[in-house]
Amino acid sequence: MAEIAEIKEIKKNFKNSITGIELRSPLRATVSIRPDKLVKITEFLYHRLNLRFIIASAFETRQGFEILYHFSNDANGLVLNIHVVLSKKKPEIQSLTGIFEASSWIEREMHETFGINFLNHPNLEKLISEGNWAKGVYPYRKGGK
Amino acid sequence: MSKIIPIGPYHPLQEEPELFKLYCEGEIVKDIKWETGYNHRGIEKLSESKTFDQVFFLVERVCGICSTSHPFAFANCMEEIGEVEIPDRAKYIRSIIGELERIHSHMLWFGLAGHFIGYNTVFMWVWKYREPVLDLFEMITGNRNSYAMFKIGGVRRDIENNKIGKIKETLDLIRKKTDMLIGAVMDDPVIHARTKGVGILTKDDIINYGAVGPTARASDVAIDVRHDNPYAAYPLVNWKIITAKEGDVFAKVEVRLLEILESVSIIDQCLEGLKKEKEGEIETKVKAIPEGIGTGRAEAPRGEVFHFVKTNGSNYPERHKIRAPSYVNIATFKKSCIGQTISDATISLAAVDPCYCCTERLASVYDKDTGTKVFGGEELIKNSQQKTREIQKTILRNEH
Amino acid sequence: MGFKEFCFKKSLWLFHFGGASCNNCDIEILACLTPRFDVERFGMQLVGSIRHADVLLVNGSINQKDKVRLLELYRQAPKPILVVAIGACGCTGGIFAESNVFAGPVDKIIPVDAYVPGCPPKPEAIIAGIVKLLNKKPAKQKTA
Repeated sequence: MAEIAEIKEIKKNFKNSITGIELRSPLRATVSIRPDKLVKITEFLYHRLNLRFIIASAFETRQGFEILYHFSNDANGLVLNIHVVLSKKKPEIQSLTGIFEASSWIEREMHETFGINFLNHPNLEKLISEGNWAKGVYPYRKGGK
Repeated sequence: MSKIIPIGPYHPLQEEPELFKLYCEGEIVKDIKWETGYNHRGIEKLSESKTFDQVFFLVERVCGICSTSHPFAFANCMEEIGEVEIPDRAKYIRSIIGELERIHSHMLWFGLAGHFIGYNTVFMWVWKYREPVLDLFEMITGNRNSYAMFKIGGVRRDIENNKIGKIKETLDLIRKKTDMLIGAVMDDPVIHARTKGVGILTKDDIINYGAVGPTARASDVAIDVRHDNPYAAYPLVNWKIITAKEGDVFAKVEVRLLEILESVSIIDQCLEGLKKEKEGEIETKVKAIPEGIGTGRAEAPRGEVFHFVKTNGSNYPERHKIRAPSYVNIATFKKSCIGQTISDATISLAAVDPCYCCTERLASVYDKDTGTKVFGGEELIKNSQQKTREIQKTILRNEH
Repeated sequence: MGFKEFCFKKSLWLFHFGGASCNNCDIEILACLTPRFDVERFGMQLVGSIRHADVLLVNGSINQKDKVRLLELYRQAPKPILVVAIGACGCTGGIFAESNVFAGPVDKIIPVDAYVPGCPPKPEAIIAGIVKLLNKKPAKQKTA
């Protein structure tokens, strides 16, 4: 499969931060990175490669909490997923709100549904859970807590 | 001291209807805060306990107005995981349903926008011409909304060739009436006065907030999933992306009205395509969905719908993430409303089309902290109508 | 005919409460107002405040957060008030009945006088429901 130009760029600039690459089709790819390099790589994607942030999806697996940050290149239809794994004991990661506003709500949502902590988020308050479920309950986690 | 004006809370957005609190000084909006959770139904969680076939009915009920776009995105997503190619006839049918929905949704929005600037004639007019579209849906799918047309590998019902004549008749009517509406809007000094230069979103704002759909296209950001990442029958027909430069409410009206015409033309071409395909070939049999992750996108009337599904080889999704277009579009309120007057703020809020049926759900409440009476919806609309009347007077005066 | 029954004979004023709904019932209620169906023929209109209403239309499943609001609205309503549950979600909870935030269908929270099933019910069905309600004698309700 032909290599995707965006991934080539990431490889060139962040060689040591990448932990895995999965190509599903010419327009769908996942790049796994080290969580501490997320902000740097996102800045690069957003400012240099002009990718649009779509949304982030969190889920829980045996390894811990995993987040996929979905980016889109609207010129050619590419969806690039940036994949990070967070530890189960202390799930926390840097917030992306310093780079673009678009991630503000989804980080708040992941905070209350999975209990993932976003560092440097200006307003990490409840978004949907207010009145719906109590603090400390994370309904989207496997055990519910 | 700033007064608080609540808009909401019963405001039926996808998962996130909300209470907007406008902090106002005099008539000017100084800050805006939102509160959500009134409409949270836990769809993403529910989806994990439903089989793939059942999920279609669930995601259809994420949003009633764009009730095809979510199944559309979910179907795209599952077909990407299972590497399923669907027959051409199913592609055409999918696109026809999607575009009919865009027509009725844009008309619905335009009517409500008219209501919001105190121009009820537009509201009644447009909703009258929206009904024939719903009649088409009833004929094709059996229901006015929530069509249940999609399944993995194709569609559930065929559009028989003998129905094409009736569809074309209705399309002609819609084309004629849309032309009339465009003429009425483009020339109407009141609509100009109320919408031009109001609620401006610049290109940078759009990129910063990640806004999509007509909201983005009205600010000259030409993104459209149908074009960028073609699916269904969109690569098989000719159409163009409608954009406008100004980014104000008027530009959004313009984009949506022109998109109705574009949709009519897409459906026309799809119907021609339908005639060439054999009746009844509407699905590919799909045995099982393998383990994997997939992303599905579709262009809803309001913008890009994004679905992410993680499967584990069983019959149920392991994780299902849904992002509706309003989720990103609503956040732009912070840019478009601040600095506006209250009466302009309502139309700026409505301009991104956040599934707005909230007209009659604005409740008059008291602010808990200060005990001051805050405005209710009636007064907001009255304010708005008052302003329209004043503008009408000024315009008349200037003409004499 | 008592005064209250007389009041409920014609020209009902409606207040619309949308819970955690998918919006379909809301737009069908709105469609009732527009030229094709035009319930204003019967003097019915949507009002902005529950304090002016004769009928409370409730649609959508009710989640924990809505429940408090719905009870509060019911308390504020002038009595007697007729409550109509619209749509599958309003009647039973529908597809959202298994949700983790579901607080019960409308009739578990406030007394309901009429049910209009359907997902969504057609405007004709909504009008038929209200007409049935008109022909029914208003239930003896305690005045608040």
